[in-house]
Amino acid sequence: MSFGPHLLLAFLEGMVQASVLTLTALGLSLVFGVMRVVNVAHGEFFMLGAVSAWWIASLAAGHPAVGFVAALIGAPLIVGAVALAAERLVLRRLDYNPEATIVATIGLLFILQQAALTFFGADARPVQAPFSYRIVFPWFGWSGYKLFVIAAAGAMLIAVWLVLTRTRIGLVMRATQFDRETAQAFGIRVDRVYAGVFAAGAMLAAVAAVLIVPISQAHYLMGLDPLLLSFIVVIIGGLGSLKGTVIAALVIGLSDGMISVFFSPTLAKILGTLLVALVLVVRPGGLVGGQSR
Amino acid sequence: MLAIEGLDCFYGDVQVLRGLTLSVAPGETLCLTGRNGAGKTTLMKAIMGLVRARAGRIVLDGTEISALPPDRVPKAGVGYVPQGRRLFSELTVRENLEIGLMARGRGKPALEAAIALFPVLAERMGQRSGTLSGGEQQMLAMARALCLEPKLLLLDEPTEGLMPSMIAAIRQSVAALKATGVSVILVEQRVEAVLDAVDRVAFLENGQLRETVSAEAIRADRSLIDRYVGIGH
Repeated sequence: MSFGPHLLLAFLEGMVQASVLTLTALGLSLVFGVMRVVNVAHGEFFMLGAVSAWWIASLAAGHPAVGFVAALIGAPLIVGAVALAAERLVLRRLDYNPEATIVATIGLLFILQQAALTFFGADARPVQAPFSYRIVFPWFGWSGYKLFVIAAAGAMLIAVWLVLTRTRIGLVMRATQFDRETAQAFGIRVDRVYAGVFAAGAMLAAVAAVLIVPISQAHYLMGLDPLLLSFIVVIIGGLGSLKGTVIAALVIGLSDGMISVFFSPTLAKILGTLLVALVLVVRPGGLVGGQSR
Repeated sequence: MLAIEGLDCFYGDVQVLRGLTLSVAPGETLCLTGRNGAGKTTLMKAIMGLVRARAGRIVLDGTEISALPPDRVPKAGVGYVPQGRRLFSELTVRENLEIGLMARGRGKPALEAAIALFPVLAERMGQRSGTLSGGEQQMLAMARALCLEPKLLLLDEPTEGLMPSMIAAIRQSVAALKATGVSVILVEQRVEAVLDAVDRVAFLENGQLRETVSAEAIRADRSLIDRYVGIGH
């Protein structure tokens, strides 16, 4: 294959990676932005989403699309419920103390990982794509499902943006993000906002996982890569900045995907980590730093 | 209206309010003053439930608001304009006012009443609040609190950092509020700047109420201010 088509293929693969990463990192950024909690277990919510998707799809009979749609609805709900329980039982009891919650979410990471190993086993589990349409370019064929992943992630991003900017709950979340104490002084139930945001952040990771699992399979150790990449994205984009997160996720996802196609996935991770170091030295607040009290 | 009885508040092990007792009558405007660290802002936060009382109680119209969680206090009818205004500066003027309406406002009528007091805000509805001038920010902070339709309004140093013309505008607003029957506690170090708009002045020292005197008494004897707030207040 000549360079041009090879570049196109790398770009398309990068866009799939970027789409899934944007959703995952958005969840992490939302949780940090509003709650100031660094959720080290975020990748495990991604893993739990993928494993739940496999479990739900394996229960569904008939056309693969039935199982996939059931997983797309059911897996985020399961993950959201687990996140809600973790918020109530762990984070709230620690009064969302930034240092204590880091340690607590590390513990949560291991609990979720080992629970997945215990109940679902160590094998990688496939989930069938809902359809097998193939896009035929003059130089290569490409999975139509991957195009669906990009479109679905784009639709989710628009939905999240609309919720944040056009709805009452979005306004409450933004006010809480900016100043928790003043939000309370205007009758906002900050504890409820935190619970909702933590669940929503985990559900975004779960949706990303359901979308990617027909391509990459579900596995109990699959949460570490998305966690690392999400942290890279959130640091580069600016902690708590949703706009920065989306921009950084597209840059990192695309470059990760393209470098992986042209060179190797390891080089992509090395370059991503170097970029984080550079941003931390030159612009510690990130490229589009958020503001809060 | 508001009765504070034997209030003790702490930051960690440091006691800030010591058995403070104070009352505000319906429709009364009370100026709370004292030196830095006297406990004025802590008292405001204690009324809002943002600093919990270890002893004593705060009662508003028969409801013990010191027993309520912080998010229930505004619903009981207390509006708060914090020191430094603390607007949601990334949000627009309209969004800040919407936050004010959420707790107990009647929607459009409450918004219109707040805007009527500060008409300049009507021209700035779509503007990000962080880009307003200091005076406009103070007006927005007051309008946001008034959207709650409070029975009691707490104003913490509303003239801080404002130019004289803006201070006069804020003083007029406080006087206009009095006409609506809202009770006001106004924290202010520059008592003379607001003396015409208040009924009584309460002097705080080391977390205790030292004296409460009428505005008329202070007009007659200005040395009272120097005694509790210091020369060059």
